[in-house]
Amino acid sequence: MLFFSTLTHIVAQDCEARLTGTVVDYHDKTVLEGASILIIGTQTRTYSAKDGSFAFTGICKGVYELEVAHPTCETLIVPVTVNGDTAVEIKLEHHLEELEEVNVVGDVIRKKTNSALEESLKLETLESYSAASLGDALKELTGISSLNTGANIVKPIIHGLNGSRVLILNDGVRMQDMEWGDEHAPNIDINSAGTISVIKGASALQYGGDAIGGVIVMEQARVPKKDTLYGKTLLNGISNGRGGSISSELIRAFEGGFFIRGQGSYKRLGDREAPDYILSNTGVREIGTSIKFGKHKFIWGWDVRYSYYNAEIGILRASHIGNNDDLIRAINSGEPLFIRPFTYDLLNPKQDVTHHLGKFKFYHRFEGLGRLNFQYDFQSNRRFEFDIRRGDRDDRASLDLELTTHTLTSDFKWDAKENAELHFGLMGRYQENFANPDTGVRRLIPDYDKYDFGAFITGEYRFDNSLHLEAGIRYDFNRIDAQKFYLTSRWEERGYDNDFQDLIVENRGTQLLVNPVFDYHNISSTLGAKFILEDEYLIRVNYALAQRAPNPAELFSDGLHHSAARIELGDLRIGNETSHKITASLERDFAHWVFVIEPYANWVNDFILLEPTGVELSIRGAFPVWEYRQTDARLLGVDFSAYANWTSHWTSGHKFSLVKGNDFENDIALINIPAANLRNSITFSKAEWNDFELTLESQYVFRQNEFPDNITVFSPEQQQDVLLEINTPPEAYHLLGLQSKIGFQLGKTTELTTSLRINNIMDTSFRDYLSRQRFFADDLGRNIILQVKLNY
Amino acid sequence: MKTIKFLSMLALTGILFTSCSDDDDTPEEVNEEEVITTMTVTLTPQGGGTNITLVSFDADGDDGPIEPVLTVSGDLAADTTYDGTIVLLNTTESPAELVNEEIEGEADEHQFFFVVGGGLNVTTAYADDESDYVSEATGENFTTTNPVGIDFTLTTAAASNGTLNITLLHEPTKPNDGTVEGAGGETDITATFALTIE
Repeated sequence: MLFFSTLTHIVAQDCEARLTGTVVDYHDKTVLEGASILIIGTQTRTYSAKDGSFAFTGICKGVYELEVAHPTCETLIVPVTVNGDTAVEIKLEHHLEELEEVNVVGDVIRKKTNSALEESLKLETLESYSAASLGDALKELTGISSLNTGANIVKPIIHGLNGSRVLILNDGVRMQDMEWGDEHAPNIDINSAGTISVIKGASALQYGGDAIGGVIVMEQARVPKKDTLYGKTLLNGISNGRGGSISSELIRAFEGGFFIRGQGSYKRLGDREAPDYILSNTGVREIGTSIKFGKHKFIWGWDVRYSYYNAEIGILRASHIGNNDDLIRAINSGEPLFIRPFTYDLLNPKQDVTHHLGKFKFYHRFEGLGRLNFQYDFQSNRRFEFDIRRGDRDDRASLDLELTTHTLTSDFKWDAKENAELHFGLMGRYQENFANPDTGVRRLIPDYDKYDFGAFITGEYRFDNSLHLEAGIRYDFNRIDAQKFYLTSRWEERGYDNDFQDLIVENRGTQLLVNPVFDYHNISSTLGAKFILEDEYLIRVNYALAQRAPNPAELFSDGLHHSAARIELGDLRIGNETSHKITASLERDFAHWVFVIEPYANWVNDFILLEPTGVELSIRGAFPVWEYRQTDARLLGVDFSAYANWTSHWTSGHKFSLVKGNDFENDIALINIPAANLRNSITFSKAEWNDFELTLESQYVFRQNEFPDNITVFSPEQQQDVLLEINTPPEAYHLLGLQSKIGFQLGKTTELTTSLRINNIMDTSFRDYLSRQRFFADDLGRNIILQVKLNY
Repeated sequence: MKTIKFLSMLALTGILFTSCSDDDDTPEEVNEEEVITTMTVTLTPQGGGTNITLVSFDADGDDGPIEPVLTVSGDLAADTTYDGTIVLLNTTESPAELVNEEIEGEADEHQFFFVVGGGLNVTTAYADDESDYVSEATGENFTTTNPVGIDFTLTTAAASNGTLNITLLHEPTKPNDGTVEGAGGETDITATFALTIE
């Protein structure tokens, strides 16, 4: 990126002047050796010495422009007026890889932490999941699994934990999209991300202190600082669901730093299919769009982003049941009790979720000091859940929640020292939940106002290239102020009349209006080290303390969750949970192969979990009761991955993840812990054949042998106690997948890539332990996805 | 300086945003609309005699912890045919809502099932079909003739004890094989009464 400029060279008689100077780093003023300094318009060039100094002699008086270049810095043009002997100081941006504003070619992903377990998905991988969801793509990484409600609702699980324990950062904004529900997937269009990193633990304190599971950081690809216009379009045809998706992106950037980026995607699928039958009412319609513009200069910059996401997702019709006996019938039947011919129609039960996200960000860099960031973001999340209802209520949602969040964050990163970095910041958030009473169904989540305040400081110190230390601490305050109606009978059954009678605002006979206001204080901290041993082994060790306040579902759930046919009971007595997690990783890079082994241990005191505890009888029959409770839990696990280059064309990848969850207070297994899983793949690639690549992948998911006991329930229909196999995991399964791609250069800047992906090649029937629909139907059968990508 | 001015303005906007939306309105109470609290089955002996009523009453509906209370007004007579009718009420509303209307309006999506257990000498038969009811969707009588079961007959034989289970399914397969297992759908109501034939 060379600048063209007209030389304003005024020739003068006096050509005896000396032009001297030093080249230093912008941040910490360290001198830079080997920078090339060229007087534009002449052939006069020199290089900076060890102390950063340079000198030109015999310079005529006048105005010049110097082009200063350094291998690891951005090239700079500096105007200089020479009027006799002149000295200048030239500041170059040395931390190139740390700068968001600078164009970074390819897939250079800066790590968010040094000592924690962190993995990233590159754009290329994300593109291959263009027609799928965030949760599906993340499963490419070791230690990540998902809690599914059908094929379209995929909640990521990190090291065995999900929901409120997993934070999702969408372009710097912490998603507030009702992550508390098991059947609430992240409201994110995967096509809007350029890279996704996962930090498996709470070590990234700048994002929040409650990430007991981990943090998912989605970032957009950087926009180059030059005059350019480019974009891409992805088209997917999907056999299972008989639909497809389209996603397009266009970016215009200017040399001055101004840019605008627009992106949109649309996906439509009909009923998905298991090998033996149609999964009725499992279609999906999804729209995602975002626009971002701003000006990113070196010293300062700002940007504005707005994104919109809407998804209408069908829920397997056969999974909508009335009571325990229906559930027993469904489990015994072995196949769905409701199968109708294929259709694109989305009928009840279904979800309709909308997420708006608006953000404004501003930054300013202070010379020799660091960078100040300021951000305001607004999010509005609306969720409708439609059930099968009696009478003319089918068009009325059974659940209608509106969650509005405003967040202000500000942070300062001090990076003036070469070997140390300090990062501190503040966060303030206000959130309001409105539960629409027009549903005619008692609210599962009440109206509430929530106030959050957080402050953090993290530091990093590099002794030399072989040892990095980092540490941080964060404090968070949460206040939740809710207005909730309890059935008087429920209030008494929970024993709240003894403990919380003072919260009652009004007694309406059968219902009580209560106003709980709870405060929570959370401390989180992290300490870690990264060292390189004998230039061969890379070792990371990290300890993270994290505290999380209970979410509204854990506190306030009460009553029948119609779509799940279960009574879910929160508990006002639930307090925060505290996690102590130790992670380590050992990495070794041999000439032709690499392996990484990552063991971890997570002790969670007062771990909040939801599990079936019994049944409650009603006129509709018996319902399983799922209660939130707190216990001391321990999660132990290990992730292993290896990669080998056998020849220049053949490579192979191997991944294994295992996690064990235990409630050691009661010595029972934790519910919903992912089963061990082994993935092996072999790839043939040949660049000469238009970048041809073919990968065969095998995935073996073991049976989960550790699960809580089933419950015994009285079946009114059978007039006896029966065992409800609500916890029994399904059998192990093995799936084969295939991926292939080939690219064509169409023009100077136009490239076409076609790829083919086949999931579940053998059309194997299977059920997964972490699928909430495993009681009712098999998982997806074979799926062929044909993708055409055009870069222009 | 410009920066600071700008920042403070933004902070102010943020504060304004939050303070504007801070309203402490009392939320509106929601009374569960689709609750059925009461099922009353009236059995009238053909040719006269004492009516028998079977009631399942769940004061707080399917949402609350209170268990349903079952009552049977008396014993059935042997070798008698009873005309049965079922009335469903939601008593959480005042006056109580007659849920039958909704069932009748969607007769094609509902069906009662009668399951005799434990050696009770009883047979049941449907005494109505969908065409007896006016469809809420069209405003006219259904043209299909699958059974519904709001009206039924119950015929007793010799003296015995046992149970009669009555289940209302929503969206069962229709027509079906007459069993709850074969019909699919989901349970709206289920009650098992202990009965004696004298």
